[in-house]
Amino acid sequence: MLKTLATQAYDGAFNLFERPMLALQRLFGQSRIAWVFLLPNLLIFGLFTFLPIILNFVFATTGGDRILLADRPFVGTEHFASLLDCESYFDPNSCHRDLFWRAVGNTGWFVLMQVGFMILFSLITALILNRDIVLRGFFRAVFFYPVLLSPVVVALIWKWILQRNGVLNAGLEGAGFGTVNWLLEADWAFFWVVFVSIWCNMGFYVLILLAGLQSIPSDVYEAAEMDGTPRWRSLWRITLPLLMPTMLVVMVLSVIRAVQAFDEIYVLTGGGPGSATTLLIQYIYDVGFATRPRLYGLAAAASLLMAGVLFVLTMMQLAATRKQSGDN
Amino acid sequence: MFGWILGRRGRHGFDLTDWLSFGFLGLGVVLMLGPVMWLVLSSFKTEAALQEYPPKFLPLVPIEVQVDGFEQPLQLFTITAGEHAGRELAQVRRIGLNAQMVDPANPSERLNVAIGDRDALREFGVATENYTGVFERFNFMLYFWNSTFITVVATVLTVLFNSMAAFALAKYKFTGRNAVFVLIIATLMIPPTITLVPLFLVISEMGMVNSHWGVIWPAIATPTGVFLLRQYMLTIPDDLLDAARMDNASEWKVYWKIVLPLSAPALAVLVIFSVMWRWNEFLWPLIVLNRSEVFTLQLALNSFQGELQTSWSSLLAMTVLTLLPITIVFAFLQKYITQGIAQSGVK
Repeated sequence: MLKTLATQAYDGAFNLFERPMLALQRLFGQSRIAWVFLLPNLLIFGLFTFLPIILNFVFATTGGDRILLADRPFVGTEHFASLLDCESYFDPNSCHRDLFWRAVGNTGWFVLMQVGFMILFSLITALILNRDIVLRGFFRAVFFYPVLLSPVVVALIWKWILQRNGVLNAGLEGAGFGTVNWLLEADWAFFWVVFVSIWCNMGFYVLILLAGLQSIPSDVYEAAEMDGTPRWRSLWRITLPLLMPTMLVVMVLSVIRAVQAFDEIYVLTGGGPGSATTLLIQYIYDVGFATRPRLYGLAAAASLLMAGVLFVLTMMQLAATRKQSGDN
Repeated sequence: MFGWILGRRGRHGFDLTDWLSFGFLGLGVVLMLGPVMWLVLSSFKTEAALQEYPPKFLPLVPIEVQVDGFEQPLQLFTITAGEHAGRELAQVRRIGLNAQMVDPANPSERLNVAIGDRDALREFGVATENYTGVFERFNFMLYFWNSTFITVVATVLTVLFNSMAAFALAKYKFTGRNAVFVLIIATLMIPPTITLVPLFLVISEMGMVNSHWGVIWPAIATPTGVFLLRQYMLTIPDDLLDAARMDNASEWKVYWKIVLPLSAPALAVLVIFSVMWRWNEFLWPLIVLNRSEVFTLQLALNSFQGELQTSWSSLLAMTVLTLLPITIVFAFLQKYITQGIAQSGVK
């Protein structure tokens, strides 16, 4: 029943477009019809991706709190100047936009910690899952499951555990330790932001690394085993070097993601306490949308600065990918 | 008999590294699934039980008994101290620091017990009212519908438009083809988070603020989807298409009746991705949708948790209901999802 219904819908959609597409084919000819197939996608790209990129520069160089371009006075590089106005770049307090530099600093730390530990744990997990163990599929699925959860759900799960009267504090107290107000103490809040972000992203990288490990031919190991090479040595001398291209891709990919982290952190801590866990995207969201007056220009300028960093990182990824495919 | 769970496949013996491996994986299972399990368990507790510290592991509800002469069921307590110690009594009412209680077996006699001397009796019980309350008080169905609408419409359009573009790029030779392909792939480098402000201008100029279309349109031309489908369609032999053209099939027919069905595996991967992306999306809807009647589930959850008077019981139940659809999809399609991601390297 359901199947015939689906088939009917599929055929119905075919009939719906058949006549106009046939007319277009007669009009343009058989090969230029390709543009008709491309059109919807290109139109959307143009309107919602390419146009905004150009407009971003217009916003970054105009002031005021109005969204319509006609209402926005030209201010030149004022926004960039105010963002970059610092006596010392190592001390956010000396900056005109101190919150921006706090967000930059937080993001830097976050990327370092999150990517570093996530890759370490992902690698260990992938290496173990690559062994010939039972229930491998089950374990792989378990590690991957949090990746599918929505960031809001992830944040709420952990908020419930970490709250003052939560199960973590109860467990600690039961074991004789003191309780901590996890999300209200700056250092702990930052720790949990990193932890939760690793928790919900790690499974993805485990999968990629596992695929990389499984593409290493087994005869290399067999040869090593015949030569009597100890296992830790073949890990160090065979596995890790051969996994390097995959590692490189994983590293760049996770750095690009970490720079843009927002969702789960915003719901978990709201950027607080104070600005202890405010990252770059939240800064852009806060000045551009959440607080009034909406400083669209400042937000656009900040996002352009971020785009510059991301561009460099993506270039590195492309180079890494090219190197990888060259090696294979 | 249980040797299989300890042994490695196809080999005998079980050494230290195997124990370490299973120890690590066991810890991983607890760490990955434990928090979700705790959420689900907690969502079945009453608000009173949720306020309790330290929390009990299982959801427990107070036992109530029907006593002769009382219309309402009375809560049952065990008495720990005082002259009635050891008895099980039902509470009629609380007066200050004392409680007026009766013995269910002898309802005519009222007994006075200090409230510190009694302990509520509980049994395992599930507070399903958390879930029914979500439907009655929180308009859950509206948010669910909003999320479903966005997810389904965006996924259908994503698959349609991306596969059309991929078909053109994979199966036609025309001037500018490579330029278009490079242009589309280049947008991979521009994450949507960069263009929030100007995109908001475009959306508001088109009158799509607070409209689901404002969330749907910007999301559907995914470079990932075009790339994925194009690579797959390249493997479909051109002879097949030419044979159909010989039989006077239109280009639309070639695309719809030959290329699309043959690309089913790649389309399935894109469908799964698209559903995941749209169902879980947060930042862009947060900017576009400001009125609660157009909220998606994610936005509704976020706004409830931000309210001062958050009742955890409703919030937890709603969280569970939000993760349920994705969990069910994952349970059934686990193999395809993990394979699709491992092969394409996208999320």
